[in-house]
Amino acid sequence: MAKYEFNDDGVVVIIGSGAGGGTLAHELTRRGIRVVLLEAGKRESLASFSQVPNEAFAQLSWLDPRTSSGDWAPAKTNPGLPAWLAKTVGGTTTHWGAVTPRIQEWETRARTTYGEVKGTSLIDWPIEYQELLRYYALAEERMCVTRRAGNPGLPASNNFKVMHAGATKAGYQRVHSGYVAINSRVQDGRGFCIQQGFCVQGCKMGAKWSTLYTEIPRAEATGRLDLRIQSMATRIEHGSGGRVNAVVYRDAHGAEQRQKARAVCVAGNALETPRLLLLSESGKYPRGLANSSGQVGRNYCHHVLNFTVATFEKPVYMWRGTSQAGLVEDEAVNDPKRGFAGGYFIELVNFDLGSLPLAALPYGWGRDYASFMDAYRNMSAIMIVGEDMPRADNRITLSTTAKDAHGLPVAHVHVDEHANDVAMREHGQRQCRRMMEGAGARRVLHSEGSPFATHNLGTARMCADPRDGVTNGWGQTHDIRNLFISDGSVFSSAAAANPTLTIVALALRQAEHLSREMTARNI
Amino acid sequence: MSSTDFAGRRDFLKVTGVITGCLAAGSPLALLAPTRAWALDLTAFTSEQGATLLSAARTILPHDGLDDAAYAAVVRSADADAVRDAAALNLYSDGIASLGAGFATWNEEQRVAALKKIEPSAFFQQFRVKALSVLYSTPFAYAHFGYEGEAFSKGGYLTRGFNDLRWLPEVPAGDAGPLPGAAS
Repeated sequence: MAKYEFNDDGVVVIIGSGAGGGTLAHELTRRGIRVVLLEAGKRESLASFSQVPNEAFAQLSWLDPRTSSGDWAPAKTNPGLPAWLAKTVGGTTTHWGAVTPRIQEWETRARTTYGEVKGTSLIDWPIEYQELLRYYALAEERMCVTRRAGNPGLPASNNFKVMHAGATKAGYQRVHSGYVAINSRVQDGRGFCIQQGFCVQGCKMGAKWSTLYTEIPRAEATGRLDLRIQSMATRIEHGSGGRVNAVVYRDAHGAEQRQKARAVCVAGNALETPRLLLLSESGKYPRGLANSSGQVGRNYCHHVLNFTVATFEKPVYMWRGTSQAGLVEDEAVNDPKRGFAGGYFIELVNFDLGSLPLAALPYGWGRDYASFMDAYRNMSAIMIVGEDMPRADNRITLSTTAKDAHGLPVAHVHVDEHANDVAMREHGQRQCRRMMEGAGARRVLHSEGSPFATHNLGTARMCADPRDGVTNGWGQTHDIRNLFISDGSVFSSAAAANPTLTIVALALRQAEHLSREMTARNI
Repeated sequence: MSSTDFAGRRDFLKVTGVITGCLAAGSPLALLAPTRAWALDLTAFTSEQGATLLSAARTILPHDGLDDAAYAAVVRSADADAVRDAAALNLYSDGIASLGAGFATWNEEQRVAALKKIEPSAFFQQFRVKALSVLYSTPFAYAHFGYEGEAFSKGGYLTRGFNDLRWLPEVPAGDAGPLPGAAS
């Protein structure tokens, strides 16, 4: 593994080692570029992943406080953790369910497709869909996505059998065991899925793709990656010309360090990325870096999410088997007759006993609640993941009340739900109920409102017109040529698809652009 | 958590209260524990406060076959919070007092009525979430609900029933994949 000097100004500094940052680190180092990768968390391994669910959550999650406001449910049910992300090498790819559908062409033209929707800040993506498709194919091959790139699907679990029966009864046609970045056979030097059902606790088989044990060790093997763990970036600095030239961070001992840089790529997840840009305000950039448009932190999207849990007469044992290997694609269309713009996927989901009440049913008590829990053996669960509308005032700002361990203001998350989000959720709940009842459910419960967000998007978005967002179609900030955004913050709109596949595809594409620009000495 | 875990704290912590119980003879855990009797020492709460909290936890999440020892784990966690944090101790002490003396001896209808009265309070909401987060993660709950937990150490559920459901039609081959090893 490489070790670079703090004053080496030839390195690219990447902040965050998840889907975007980890992939970018591999792509740059294999092209001969020297990279310092800063990761705020520790480095776990297949051996160290805890298999005690609440310990695993604490092991992988970003638990610094948040503050929140607005009318969405997490501001009430989880005010200190309204939106989840990871703090560990590999980022959210350690914890994710590995669901990898593609964004569809019409979704990348959101403003054009949906027209003017009052109270939104919709724009189109500034990239050609045909080009994105090329990177989707590369990403799917690299991540060994099932039912893509020649990979078999995963076998049907009990939980998926319920989903499939219900979907068939509801008249759905496009129902299958999902596009998931989980090995359905031995490949890529990793084993196949043994149906543990512990995807989100960290896959001890390594069957689930994570940058922790794919991209990052491969980047290290080039001899050009200097990975610094427990290194929390606190500020990006710039020179008199305005270009960024160093990243200040706290190391594992809490000491402040300053790494010089030829270029900086921020991949801290759509909460931490805008926070860092805002924390880096200076005399030249009084509103924070790359924020001449005032758009940094705005247009925060988090998907329309909702869980449906049902009990049946006979056992399902939903915990046995891959957590999310089941997908209904039929509602992922734009059909205004349903009463809302945009589409949603219906996805299989399971819950370990300890997480079920907290994640899916964090309300209620007494005999009624307990009797539902008593049927845990006979439960099945599905969820919707749909496109939420971007709104200028749904945004990440610096908290005025809470600070982190370094004395820096934490991220404040404000969300007021758009009526379109509510209409989609209600439609999704009705459809999920139809499915569950079609499969023979006795009782059906939905999570109230939105659970805490896990798909954080749009807070430094790509845009053709620099006034609409923060970066161009390469994730390169409009204001500062050598400052890039490399995570879900760049999504121009949320689309319905779970975001990781698109983050990886965009990182592959950004790496080509960045290395070309470096070769041409434009950076 | 076992009866010995509870007892072990007695040696080095200042004890202010204790709650005790006896695992039901039919409890799966009774077969594993060295003795069916258990005792939980409390550091922040008195015995009566502990008994009230245990009874409140059972009223909030009433699972008749689930042993008191599982609910005692909720009380233990609340006690630990109260030891660490004076504000939590005050919240709990005031909340317990607001339920009324003798709460633990009342019938379920009376206990539900008392909890309903304080449902919006910070104490109730905090303790309800505490009960949700602790109770279902105990080994007692795993046994009671039939949850089998992590499976990596046993080779996953691939050969242990992940697809043994027979009361619904099988999924057509095109909509799912083969068992690994079946295809090459």
